[in-house]
Amino acid sequence: MTISRLLAATAVTTIALSGAAAAENLTLCWAAWDPANALVELSKDFEAQSGHTMNFEFVPWPNFADRMLNELNSGGKLCDLLIGDSQWIGGGAENGHYVKLNDFFAKEGISMDDFAPATVYAYSTWPKGEPNYYALPAMGDANAWYYRKDWFARDDIKAAFKEKTGRDLGEPKTQKELLEIAQFFQGREIDGKTVYGAAIFTERGSEGITMGVTGALYPWGFKYENTPGKYDMEGAVNSPEAVEALEFYKEFYKTATPPGYTNSYMGESLDAFKSGQVAMGMNWFAFFPGLYADPVVGGDKIGFFVNPPQNQAGSTLGGQGISVVSYSEKRDAALEYVKWFAQPEVQQKWWTLGGYSCHVAVLNDPGFKDSAPFAGDFLEAMGGVQDFWQEPAYAELLLAMQKRMHDYVVADQGTAKEALDALIEDWTEVFEDEGKL
Amino acid sequence: MTDTIADRAARATPVPVARRIRGLSDRAIAWVFVAPTIFLLLAVNIFPLIWTINLSFTDFKANRATRGVEYIGLRNYERILTDEDIWLTMQATAHFLFWTIFFQVLIGFTLAWLINRKFRGNDLWTTIIVLPMMLSPAVVGNFWTFLYQPQIGLFNYVVGFFSGVDPSSFEMIGSVSLAPWSIVIVDTWMWTPFVMLICLAGLRSIPDYIYEAAEIDRASKWRQFWTITVPMVLPFLMLAVLFRGIENFKMFDLVVQLTGGGPGSTTELTSINLKREAFEKWRTGYASAYAIILFVTVFGLASIYVKALNKVKER
Repeated sequence: MTISRLLAATAVTTIALSGAAAAENLTLCWAAWDPANALVELSKDFEAQSGHTMNFEFVPWPNFADRMLNELNSGGKLCDLLIGDSQWIGGGAENGHYVKLNDFFAKEGISMDDFAPATVYAYSTWPKGEPNYYALPAMGDANAWYYRKDWFARDDIKAAFKEKTGRDLGEPKTQKELLEIAQFFQGREIDGKTVYGAAIFTERGSEGITMGVTGALYPWGFKYENTPGKYDMEGAVNSPEAVEALEFYKEFYKTATPPGYTNSYMGESLDAFKSGQVAMGMNWFAFFPGLYADPVVGGDKIGFFVNPPQNQAGSTLGGQGISVVSYSEKRDAALEYVKWFAQPEVQQKWWTLGGYSCHVAVLNDPGFKDSAPFAGDFLEAMGGVQDFWQEPAYAELLLAMQKRMHDYVVADQGTAKEALDALIEDWTEVFEDEGKL
Repeated sequence: MTDTIADRAARATPVPVARRIRGLSDRAIAWVFVAPTIFLLLAVNIFPLIWTINLSFTDFKANRATRGVEYIGLRNYERILTDEDIWLTMQATAHFLFWTIFFQVLIGFTLAWLINRKFRGNDLWTTIIVLPMMLSPAVVGNFWTFLYQPQIGLFNYVVGFFSGVDPSSFEMIGSVSLAPWSIVIVDTWMWTPFVMLICLAGLRSIPDYIYEAAEIDRASKWRQFWTITVPMVLPFLMLAVLFRGIENFKMFDLVVQLTGGGPGSTTELTSINLKREAFEKWRTGYASAYAIILFVTVFGLASIYVKALNKVKER
C-alpha cells in the first residue's frame, strides 16, 4: 500500500513537473516606443491562453540597432522573439540569426497571402521577393506628417497665408507646397509665442537623417540601383532628381526648422510638436495614436497627412516583422507566439490597441479607413513605400549615408552632387568587400 | 644561533603547506605565486593585443563569422592612412586635445595658486570647484546639450546677456565652427578641477623655507614665482598633462552625448570613429588596424613624454 502510494505520488509529481516545464518564460525584444506598450497589453491574452509568461526587453530607438545587433552577432540568448527592423532581414537570414519560417507556416496553415504584399516583401523575405520567410509582418509603418489643424483653420493665419502665397492653406499636395507652408510658419507669432515650420529628422548617430532625407528622395524618384540586384548605382543614386531632392531637404532644414535642430529624430519631433513649437512634424505612423490622444495637441487640434509626392508618390518605410531568434532555447514556445499573433482576431485587437496590423483582414475591412483619423493615410502610404538597402551589410551602408547626408545638410560641407557621389564611392567599397561588385 | 625571519616564517607555516612546498626551489615558489598574475596579464592584455594585430591583416567581420576570413596584408593600414576622413577625425582629436589641455592647465594652475593662498572659506571653495569632476561624463554631456540649446539654454542666454547678441542666433553644437569649441568648453569645465588638485598638491609640497630664503635674498614675488613655484610644480603639471592627454585621446562618452560626433563629422573624435567602424559597421579587421595605429601613436607619444618628465624630475 505504501509503495503504491509512493508510486502514485511520483507519477503525479512527474506529470506536474512536465506540465511546468512546458510553460516557458519567453522574452520578446523590441524598441521602446508606444506600440511596444500596446504589445504588452495584447500579449496578456497569449499568456492566458498558452500558460507561457512573457518578458519584454525594450530598448530606446537610438540604441536599439546597436544593442540588438550586438545581441544577435554574439549569439545571445536574451531574446526568444525579436521584432527587428526591416533592414536587418538580410543579415538575420544570411548570418543565421533568424529561424526560417517556411516549414512552420506550411505546417500551421499561416499564409503570407493574408498579409499586405508590401509588408511581406519588406519585413519577411530574403533574398528580396523570394518566398523565403524569416519573419511575420508585425508592425506596418511609414514616415508621414502631423500638423496643427487648429492653426491651419484660423482665419488670420489662413488670410496671411493666402496673401503671401496666393493659395489656400491646407494639407500640402506636393513636397514644394510642404516647404512653402513650413517657411510660412517659420518664426511666426502665434498666441504671443514664436513658432517654427516643421520638425524633421536630422539625427546623426543611428538612422535619423537617412530616414528624413529619403522622405524627400523617394518622391523625387530616387533609386538605389539602375537595375535591381546589379548594384549599378552611378546615375541612380546621384541622378539630377536625387540632387534636387537633397538640395530641397537642406533648404527645408535651413529655412523651416527650429533653431538648434541639428541632431533630432522621433523623440525631438514629438517634443517640438507637443510643446507647440512647430506647425508640422515628420514622424512614423506608430506615434500617431498617442499623439491623437494627447490632451494638449491631440483630438481636434491635430491632423495627419501622408508624405506628399513630387514627381511620384513615395514614403520611407518603417515597421518590422517578428522573428524567432535561432539561438533561443525556447523555440517551440516562440513559434507558438508567432502562430497566435498571426490570427486575424489577434491582429484586429492589435490595431485597436495602437499597433499597425499588416493583416489584410484588418486593412481590407470596410470600416478600417474610418477607424482612426490616420488610418486612411496609413493605407495610402503603405501603397507607395520604399525601403533602404536590406543587405547583410546594411549597417555599413546606413552609416555611410548618415555621414554623407549630415555632412551636407547640417554641416554645410560640399554640394548635393558631391555628397551623393561620395556616397556611391562608400557603397561601392562596401559591395566590393562583400564580393558583390 | 640567531633566529632569522625566514626561520620564524618557516615555523609559522602550517605543516601540510610546508610539506607540500618542501622540495621546491625559491624560484619555483616565486613562480607559483606570480603565475596567476602573469596568466591573467597574458589572457587579458597580451593575447588580445596579439590577436588584434593578427586581425588587422584580415578582412574579418565579427558579425559575419560564417563569411570566412582572408588575409589581405597591409591593405587595412593603407586604407586607413590614405583615408581623408580618418585624417579629419585625427585633426578634430588634435584640436580637442591641444585646447582642452591648454585651458585646463592654465585655469587649473591659476585656481590652485589662488586656493593655495590661505583665506576664509578655502575648503568650501575647493569642494565646490571639484564638484564637476565627480559627475558622470554621460550626464555632463547630456545636460550641457540643454545648456547649449539656442532657445532655452543658459549658456546662450549668458553669452547673449553679456555680448548683446541674440541668444537664439548662434548654435554651439549645431554650428561647424562652434561645435569643436563646445566640446572643449565642457571638457575644460569638467576636468579643470582635476588639474587644479594635482597642481595644489605640487604647490603644497614646496617647503616654506625656500620662499623664506628667497625673501631674505630680496627676490621679488614675480621672481619667486618663476624660479621657485613653476619649476617645483612642473613635474606635477606634466603628470596632469599626461593623464589628461591619455584620457582625452580616448574621449568618447561625453562627446557622444553632447554632439554625437556632429554636425556632420566635425566633432567625430578618433575613438568615436573607431567605435563606429568596429561595432556599428562591424569591419573588425579594419578597426583592428585602426586600433593598432592609435595604440602605436599614443604609446610612442607617451614614451617620449615620460622621458621628458623624468628629465624634469631629475633636475
